[in-house]
This record gives sequence, structure tokens and C-alpha cells, in this order.
Amino acid sequence: MTEDQDSIRKASRRREGRSRTVQRPRRPPAFIAIPATIGLALFALPVLGLLGRAPWSRLATLLGSDLALEALRLSAISSVSAAVISLLLGVPVAWTLCRYDFPGRSLLRGLVLLPMVLPPVVGGAALLFALGRRGLVGSPLYEATGLVLPFSTGGVILAGVFVAMPLMVLTVEGGLRSLDQRFERAAETLGAGRWTVLRRVTIPMIAPSVVAGIALTWARALGEFGATLTFAGNLQGRTQTLPLAVFVALESDRDAALALSLVMVIVSLAVLVALRDHWWRSR
Amino acid sequence: MAGITFDAVGKIYGGETRAIADVSIDIADGEFVVLVGPSGCGKSTLLRMVAGLEDITEGKILIGDRVVNDVAPKDRDIAMVFQNYALYPHMTVRDNMAFGLKLRKTPKKEIEERVGEAARILEITDYLDRKPKALSGGQRQRVAMGRAIVREPAAFLMDEPLSNLDAKLRVQMRSELGLLHSRLGTTTLYVTHDQVEAMTMGDRVAVLKAISDTESNLQQIASPRELYDHPRNLFVAGFIGSPAMNFVYATVGADGTATTLDFGGHSLAVGSGALPDGLERSEREIVVGVRPEAFEIRSAAGAGGSAMTVTASLVEQLGSEAYVHFAVPVRPVVTADIEALLAEEGTDASALGDETKFTARVNPDHAPRVGQSAELVVDTTKLHFFDPETGDAL
Repeated sequence: MTEDQDSIRKASRRREGRSRTVQRPRRPPAFIAIPATIGLALFALPVLGLLGRAPWSRLATLLGSDLALEALRLSAISSVSAAVISLLLGVPVAWTLCRYDFPGRSLLRGLVLLPMVLPPVVGGAALLFALGRRGLVGSPLYEATGLVLPFSTGGVILAGVFVAMPLMVLTVEGGLRSLDQRFERAAETLGAGRWTVLRRVTIPMIAPSVVAGIALTWARALGEFGATLTFAGNLQGRTQTLPLAVFVALESDRDAALALSLVMVIVSLAVLVALRDHWWRSR
Repeated sequence: MAGITFDAVGKIYGGETRAIADVSIDIADGEFVVLVGPSGCGKSTLLRMVAGLEDITEGKILIGDRVVNDVAPKDRDIAMVFQNYALYPHMTVRDNMAFGLKLRKTPKKEIEERVGEAARILEITDYLDRKPKALSGGQRQRVAMGRAIVREPAAFLMDEPLSNLDAKLRVQMRSELGLLHSRLGTTTLYVTHDQVEAMTMGDRVAVLKAISDTESNLQQIASPRELYDHPRNLFVAGFIGSPAMNFVYATVGADGTATTLDFGGHSLAVGSGALPDGLERSEREIVVGVRPEAFEIRSAAGAGGSAMTVTASLVEQLGSEAYVHFAVPVRPVVTADIEALLAEEGTDASALGDETKFTARVNPDHAPRVGQSAELVVDTTKLHFFDPETGDAL
């Protein structure tokens, strides 16, 4: 047994070496520190600019306006809905791409990732041609159900899903790929059926990737602008989300634009930092 | 508990690539059988076929009296131990061990008892509430064993369970697994590429080889001693034993009334009856196999016996024994396997040179130094003879 204790001690020493910040050097050398500082400044300066110019004293009034409140509500609803739909559809897509071999798989993967590189305006236009009232699918849909997606809150959500779901597919596929399938095979030999394997082994083990995927899709949907504008328009109370409201307010009421921007920055940052601490570090 | 039967089992991937051909093995209830062979010999595939993780293209596999070809893994009543242990990082040791029992809806109290008992046997009681991440390799190995034990399965299937441990721990776990088997008496099918592990653990050892054409992967299945003393062909003879058996082309000759084996200027007189029937005085070229321990230095062996004088090209002193390496001017033995390998690399037997290398295991106190010559006495009652064409034992 002493041997085991010995190897535990060694193993824990290795772990400490990896995770304890004390053992990492404090300061990077100049050839890393200088470009890194410039890089970080690129992220930090715009935020500082916002904070510096923010109309702190009038914040409550500005955010209490109809325009602001409606945009906030709409953004909350549409970004959360987009994240949930991306979860329900994106995980099966990732699963299919990762676990099955079929002709045209790489084409499909390219297709799934296309919204990430496509200008959102183009994406919105494409959505319009497909799902608009006279579109490829939109026209029969309208005939059958009377449902019109463009220029509705549903359209906002759809635009959000279109641009954000690739992030879900990417992160979940990465999680599945790095999951050693022997974990699942072991469960089968221990008496688990397919559904039990999924529920008790696969999903818990890829949970961190799924949560990361949710955070990224939500944040991407919250910030969505181009596709929303093209596909859903800019109707206050119906399709005017925070980014659109900021865009409009920049022309008319600069302080309101700043206040709304501030809300987006703070909420997004808070969610990303919290999730990162809770989920990504624990793996 | 139950035995396991392979009945003319074959495996073809994707309708064309054949991995397994015509393997038939009968494993008795309670027996510990090791599948051993170099990588690519199909040993893990065979194990996974028993577990139900690979489908069976040809033949039948039975667990007990039941043909399991079309039975789902979860219904085969086996427990598999994986090389990487496959412990669930999101569950504690206790939950990992109880996983299979919970799936079977075993009453809580019984789960607790069985997990507790297995933990006691494996000496992991103190770690039950830890996550696998907080355990050492040896402890994880024990947890993986525990997870298999608590199910009280018809058979254990172990896929190189010790290969992730360091050498010292591996030796310790090897004997613990042996003890565990004699205590539980559960049929065990064990896969390893390590012939020492195979020899020390198995009641019987099945030696497998990557297939050529549709010849069976199974080269020989026998007790460790039988494999060692009576290998059925060159492959088994070369695979079992470390350092490996020496092979040399020799001609059966005669010196007066005695029969001799002549190779590279050496001539070993063998007693009557040492050679198989029909070979004496045949002038035939055969392959002679000499285990390293069939050699001894003259000064340690005493007078008498056939001997050959050689020059040591390398001497490895281990303290308990010494390995003397030397060469004999005879073209090296080339089996069909080696020939195939050479052909793949676009060359032939001539690339191997015209020397046959030997290793002798001798008394460390009498070992020569490098470059010195030594007279080696050969125990001619322990020679092996093979057909140079087929590689089969004569």
C-alpha cells in the first residue's frame, strides 16, 4: 500500500504544479508582454470609453423609457429563446456530425458553420428569400398556417438561432469528440441501454461543453444585429432588440444609446465571467 | 457463472478487411484464459466480440449455453475492465462501483453491502467518497475491478487492465488479480500483449497472430508450461519466453554413430532419440530452436556434453544471470511472416545479413567479457525442431 500512497503524493504534486498559480511566474517577458498589452487594450479601451462617457446621473431615467424597456424585454426574450432552440437543435446536429459517417458530411459541416463567416446581413437576406412570405418555404407556410415570420418577434428569434447555433454545434461537437467512447461502451457492458448511457454517462460528461455552448449562443444572439435588421426589421416593441435600439438612438439620443450599450456590456460580461468560473475551469 | 465458447469465430470489417478467421476456443467455467499476441493479432477484437461491442461476422460465441451473437451488451451478464479504466469522472468511487447494480434496480441495502464488500477485498474503503480524479493509477485500477466484481457477472473480460500502471505496481496488481480470481472463481478472459503477464496469470494461454489469408489467428492454446516446452510453431516459440528463443538453420548430419546438427562451422552431437523420427542422418536442413537457458559456460557446467566455442559480442550482467550475445555465420532464419514484412518494405531476406544472432543466459560468475571467447555447453535434450518451410514443430 505504501507504493500507492507514494504515487498519490506524486500525483497530487503534479496536480498542484499544474493548477496553483503560485508556481507560475508572475510576469511574462517583454516580447510577450508588449503585444499582449496592446491586444488586451483593444478589448478594454472601448469598454472604458463607454464607461467614461456614460450618463451615470440620468441612467435610471434613460433606461426607464419605453424604447429602452421594450428593447430590453425583447432582447431578453429573443436571446434566451434562441439559445434554447439552438440547444434543442444544435446538440443533435453536433451528435450527427460527430458520431455518424455518411456521404456529404463535410459539406454539411461547412453549411453549419457558414453563418459564422457570412456577413449577418447576407444571412438575413437569405432567410428572407427562404422564409419570407413569398419565400421558398415561407410561401407554403403562409398558405397553410397564415404564419408570417419576417418582421415578427419569431423572426428575431429565428435570426438569432441562425447566427448563433453554429457556436453550439462547434462546442458540443468538440466535447463529444474528446469524450473517449470507452466510457459509453463500459456503461453498456455494465447493463445500461442506449437511453441510460445517454442520460447517465454521455450527457453528464459533455455537460461543460453544452453549458459553454449555451453561454456562447446566448451571447451571440443577444448581440445579433445585421440578420435581425434584414429579416425582422426594426419595429419598436416587436423586433427592435437592444442592438437595434442602440443603433437608432445613436442618431437621436446619444445618451440613451450609451445607457443601453452599458446594459449590454455589463450583462454579457457578468454572464461570461460567471460561467467561465463555474464551468470551464472545473474541467 | 459460465464458460465461454468461441465456435469458428470470424470478423470482417466493412465487408472486406478480415481481422479474425476461424477462432475456436472452449473456456471452462471458472477458468482464467489469457489472449496474447502482438498488436493487430485480433485479441482485443475477440474480447469486444464477447462483450457485444463488436458484432460477430462468422461463427458463434456462447456464454454458458446461450448463443450471444444477437444479444445486446447489457444483457450478456459480463463485466468488462478497460485499459483506461473508463471510470466516470462525475461520479464518486462508490457511485462508479454501484453503477451496474443501480441499473439492475438492486435494492439499496444490497448495493451498499456488495460495494462495501468489494471495497474491503480491494482495500479501497477509504476512497469510496472520492472522485476518480483524486486517486492514483493503482487505486483507479482497483475501482475498475470493484465495479466489475460487484455485478457478480458470469464472466470477467479484461482488456489490458494493467498496461497503464508503472512496472512495479503492475507486478503487484498481477498477483492481486491472481488472488482475486482464485477467491471468486469467476471465468476470466484476459487480453494482454505482455507474454510475461500471460504466462504468470493464465490457467491457459491462447497465442494469437495477425492473420494471413484465412488461416486462423489462433496459433496455440495451452497451459503456460506446455506453450513454453512444446511450442507448436516458430511463431509461438519466438513469442513466448524472454529473451526469445534462438533459431538457426542447421543440417542433420552424422559423426560416426552419433547424430549431429551442423551450422556455421559448429557441430552439436545429439543423443539418440533427441531428434524426431525420420530425421536422423537425413542430411535435411531444419530450423533448430535453442532457449537462452539451454546454454551454459563450460566452467559452470562441468565436463561433458556438446559444446560450441563463440566470441561474445555483448555481455549483459544482471547480477542474478548474465546474457551473452554472439553471432554464428549462417543466414538468419526467415519465416513466412518476416518475409511478408520484408516484402512490404520492398526488400528481401538478403537485407538481414548473413549472420544469425544468439543470446545465451549463463551463470553471472562465469560470464566472459566482451570480445572474449567462451565455450558454451548446449543442453541438447532441450532443443526444438521446426520445418523450415511451414514453421511447424517437427
